[in-house]
Amino acid sequence: MFDIVSFFPRAVMQGVPLLFGGTGEIITEKSGNLNLGIPGIMYVGGICGVIGAFLYEQSAAELNSFLAVAIPTLSCLLGSLLMGLLYCFLTVTLRANQNVTGLAMTTFGIGIGNFFGGSLIKLTDAEVPSIALSATSKVFSKSLPFADNLGWFGKMFLSYGFLAYSAVIIALITAYVIKKTRVGLNLRAVGESPATADAAGINVNKYKYIATCVGSMIAGLGGLYYVMDYACGVWSNDAFGDRGWLAIALVIFSIWRPNLAIIASILFGGLYIVYLYIPAGTQLYMMELYKMLPYLVTIIVLVVVSMRKKRENEPPAALGLAYFREER
Amino acid sequence: MNNNSKEPLFHIVKRGTLPWYKAWGIRLLAVVIALIVCAIVTMTVTGENPIQVYATMIDSSFGSERKVWILAQNTAMLLGVSLAVTPAFRMKFWNIGGEGQILAGCLAAAACMICLADTVPNGLLIVISAVASIIAGAIWGGIPAFFKAKWNTNETLFTLMMNYVATQLVAFFVIIWEVPKGAGQIGIINQSTQIGWLPQIGGNKYMLNVIIILVLTVAVYIYLNYSKHGYELSVVGESERTARYVGIKVEKVIIRTMLLSGAICGIVGFLLVSGTDHTLSTSLSGGRGFTAVMISWLAKFNPIIMIFASMLLAFLDKGASAISTNFGLNHSFSDILTGIILFFIIGCEFFISYKLSFRKSAGKEAAENV
Amino acid sequence: MDNKNAAVKMRNISKSFGTVKANDKIWLDIYRGEILALLGENGSGKTTLMNMLSGIYFPDEGEIFIDDKEVVIRSPKDALNLGIGMIHQHFKLVDVLTATENIILGLEGKGKLDLKSAAKKIREICDAYGFDVDPDQHIYEMSVSQKQTVEIVKVLYRGADILILDEPTAVLTPQETDKLFAVLRNMRDAGKAIVIITHKMHEVEDLSDRVAVLRHGQFIGDMPTKDTNAQEMTNMMVGHAVELNIDRPDPVDPKPRVEVKNLTVRSIDGIVKLDDVSFTANSGEILGIAGISGCGQKELLEAIAGLQPTESGSISYIKDDGSREELLGKDPLSIADLGVVLSFVPEDRLGMGLVANMDLGDNMMLRSFRKGKSVFTDRKSPRKLAENVVDELDVVTPGISTPVRRLSGGNVQKVLVGREIASAPTVLLTAYAVRGLDINSSYTIYDLINRQKQKGVAVIYVGEDLDVLLELCDRILVLCGGKVSGIVPGRGAKKREVGMMMTKLGGEKADE
Repeated sequence: MFDIVSFFPRAVMQGVPLLFGGTGEIITEKSGNLNLGIPGIMYVGGICGVIGAFLYEQSAAELNSFLAVAIPTLSCLLGSLLMGLLYCFLTVTLRANQNVTGLAMTTFGIGIGNFFGGSLIKLTDAEVPSIALSATSKVFSKSLPFADNLGWFGKMFLSYGFLAYSAVIIALITAYVIKKTRVGLNLRAVGESPATADAAGINVNKYKYIATCVGSMIAGLGGLYYVMDYACGVWSNDAFGDRGWLAIALVIFSIWRPNLAIIASILFGGLYIVYLYIPAGTQLYMMELYKMLPYLVTIIVLVVVSMRKKRENEPPAALGLAYFREER
Repeated sequence: MNNNSKEPLFHIVKRGTLPWYKAWGIRLLAVVIALIVCAIVTMTVTGENPIQVYATMIDSSFGSERKVWILAQNTAMLLGVSLAVTPAFRMKFWNIGGEGQILAGCLAAAACMICLADTVPNGLLIVISAVASIIAGAIWGGIPAFFKAKWNTNETLFTLMMNYVATQLVAFFVIIWEVPKGAGQIGIINQSTQIGWLPQIGGNKYMLNVIIILVLTVAVYIYLNYSKHGYELSVVGESERTARYVGIKVEKVIIRTMLLSGAICGIVGFLLVSGTDHTLSTSLSGGRGFTAVMISWLAKFNPIIMIFASMLLAFLDKGASAISTNFGLNHSFSDILTGIILFFIIGCEFFISYKLSFRKSAGKEAAENV
Repeated sequence: MDNKNAAVKMRNISKSFGTVKANDKIWLDIYRGEILALLGENGSGKTTLMNMLSGIYFPDEGEIFIDDKEVVIRSPKDALNLGIGMIHQHFKLVDVLTATENIILGLEGKGKLDLKSAAKKIREICDAYGFDVDPDQHIYEMSVSQKQTVEIVKVLYRGADILILDEPTAVLTPQETDKLFAVLRNMRDAGKAIVIITHKMHEVEDLSDRVAVLRHGQFIGDMPTKDTNAQEMTNMMVGHAVELNIDRPDPVDPKPRVEVKNLTVRSIDGIVKLDDVSFTANSGEILGIAGISGCGQKELLEAIAGLQPTESGSISYIKDDGSREELLGKDPLSIADLGVVLSFVPEDRLGMGLVANMDLGDNMMLRSFRKGKSVFTDRKSPRKLAENVVDELDVVTPGISTPVRRLSGGNVQKVLVGREIASAPTVLLTAYAVRGLDINSSYTIYDLINRQKQKGVAVIYVGEDLDVLLELCDRILVLCGGKVSGIVPGRGAKKREVGMMMTKLGGEKADE
């Protein structure tokens, strides 16, 4: 019997980092920037949170739960903001190739994550065997107080840490902003046709900068959630794996709509772990094929969207292109 | 001027073409500045004198004959993938699926070595593996190209996704073929018989690989610059409309070029499995598909310059991991240094294509800068 | 000059693109309550000048005053804040957005979008001026004239009081043009300053109160329209009285070469571009194609060249021995395989005819690179050809290894035409072959075309300048809205008659 009550929460927990990454990348891509540095940024977000929490745990005798959340979150946001600024400086101000810059950022970001993850203890001369921020993690993964009393409902919908809910809320807000507000309209115009947006008096570079930086910060939170909540505060190198790329896949799968990304991220998360719930789970190799599913369905979506040529579902028209007003 | 404060300090003007020596001068300068920044970063983290740090790096790549060969091997593999993605890039087809195309080649080679070890003679097996790898790579590159040609499906995202499909496919077969059962890895294939292994020549494990890649470099250089195909794909890359106007079948060129691109990745995959590691794992490609994108771009899609760009990146990688070992740091330190250097080179392209023109006072300077 | 204060004063404005001086120390005044026609040939710098006023380009030097206050216009936003609105020739609209979304794009206001009240305001504007816009329609579902309407409504919505229109009538039907002019007059009467960029004399005479003329990036002069006449304006535009004196040798043994029958072409959007077009082009003769821009010339040439999917009809190529080959439905390669040497000088020289980033030699190769069985390209003969073309046509270039994008317009065209005639064609298609070229280069091109004609080539010459068409061509086919309005002999045809045929099917008698 398929156990939905235990399956669903695990799918959600797998999905939350993707949702953060995906929402961040949607905002970025809506401005016409294809940021392939997202995987690196998520690593940076994660490790900055770890560094913040580590230093705080090391220095404070007793954890104040507000600070235990605020310090890692702020350092995570700061780290991913810096990465976003770097990407923008190179691609927007210096008009570098977005693909190359993004890939370099991913190399760099994963390097930062793994380097500090592996060397933090040595660098700070701390006297602990490994980075296990269980105290901080407890604060992060604290579920809603009445979750346990509500049976299956509580388990399925109320058993997550606050970041999981933030992910959904951020995605909903993003969807609203893009669809219903002036800023969102301007942002869409920038990604579709920067020359038009420019002519309409929109500061294209400002929008690109802000969208990419905000997107990076949201994506960074995905890294933070992964370490603090999902991995219970234990940083291990490369554990975050390919989730960053999966987040980019999520963007395509949800056809650039953050509200669809919520459902899609849970679906992706589910596909990631579904092998554990398939009766033939003893055949370990099948699990590798299941893990292929998110990418396969993404490809199918990409192809179908391009075949149907429905303009609203296609990638932003100016995605990946630098804008220079006096180009001629 | 009465209203100076309101005027923009400078604005950006597109340059005409810089003479090549100036352009490369700027790039060289960027690398030098980047190396200084790297030295400062290394110094802050390790507390060591930067000269010693660089000495360590140089030693790690050039310290002994064996080290030089390893550098040559790493350079060759990076170069191979860079060569592969270059025809696609010249066509403005953003193939970032090198990773997947290599793995497809690796998988095909390993499959031949495992499944045909007892049925065909060694020489034939090597040929079969090579052909299978090339075909597998070409298929992996050809699929996104087909959809790009037919429906203009976004190739960047498609090839990216194909990487992970390939990774999972390899992971699947690793478990099927794992030795011993439950180990989660294949181990060395045909270790005792060495069936399907590329022969060693000149007494060195890597020499054949290096030679093959060098031959390939020349071949790709000639293909791009002197063949009709190479000319066609450049025209398609520059302007599809012009290509159609002179009767070039754009769809055909896109698919053909990507088949080639994938096939060369397949060769690299074959060399990695048959010529080097004699095993199969998801990490065989080791991010080279992505690094190659950067190398190809840094070298301005010129195969000859790619030799040096690949060597630079291979050297950095090796050197930085030597630093990490020597100073007890994590090996990922090399990624950080590589990242920093890439950022500088990426950034400096701006100063090659554009110049800053300062308002009024700098009119003279601007004229001199041309 | 009058005593009234200029709304805009542009002083000493210069702008260069690379080595090309697009604007050279221009002075221009724009007044409220007046329609100013900015007149000049293609490439005279009209659009560049106005782009600097609307913040698209930034001047290299010079000052701009709005209501006597010096201003710096760094961006379109600055321009909008100063009340300057420009309607570009290439529409600045976002395809996936609706009309309303496009119109309110970039406006300040409440954070939350209120599309409903915006749509209401748009409808009011439309009702006031008689525009037909569905505020909820997506731009990609619209026709060209609908898109332009959206552009105009956009400017009105923003309440701009200095309006610039860049060749607004190029895509409009005569009725739509009349409607537009009526609106512009209303706005003038409401005290707005209006600039219309054009090279059509009759629009200047119809609409404008004052006319300013640019030539080769320089300001030539301005005057009230009523005080001048077409002849004087033309003289100012081209620099001297139009005494074209283009050679017109007699046709050489004309025989039918290309026969087009009942050709119908639809664009991807399903709009009929060519409707039942039939004509014959003879060898040793220049067939001119006249028409308002965008009424099927491009599609016609591209259909013959095998670049345009067609709906119905036939295009036959008649060989010297009288045998026929059907060209319809074939691509350029299979046409060449039939042994038909067809050359085509397209309108978009750098985007279609040449590869901007390649050098002269490689561009020469575009036509010839397939020759021979070898897998390698022959680079020597194209380079030789390039040298020949440079020599014979006096192409000004640092060398044949220079990318063609660095050449000036006239030299680019010489390179393109030189290559196209090098293959000894039997059919030569040219689209706007002298657009943007200086007088000397233009004559070089006429000369080249005439020489082809004397060699027995069937030349089809699409042009925009009626004077040239009348002096150069043996016969002139006039297109009107994708239909053949008539075919007249070039010798003795009246400009007025052809002009009428361009705007009305069959020309009809002008009501005198």
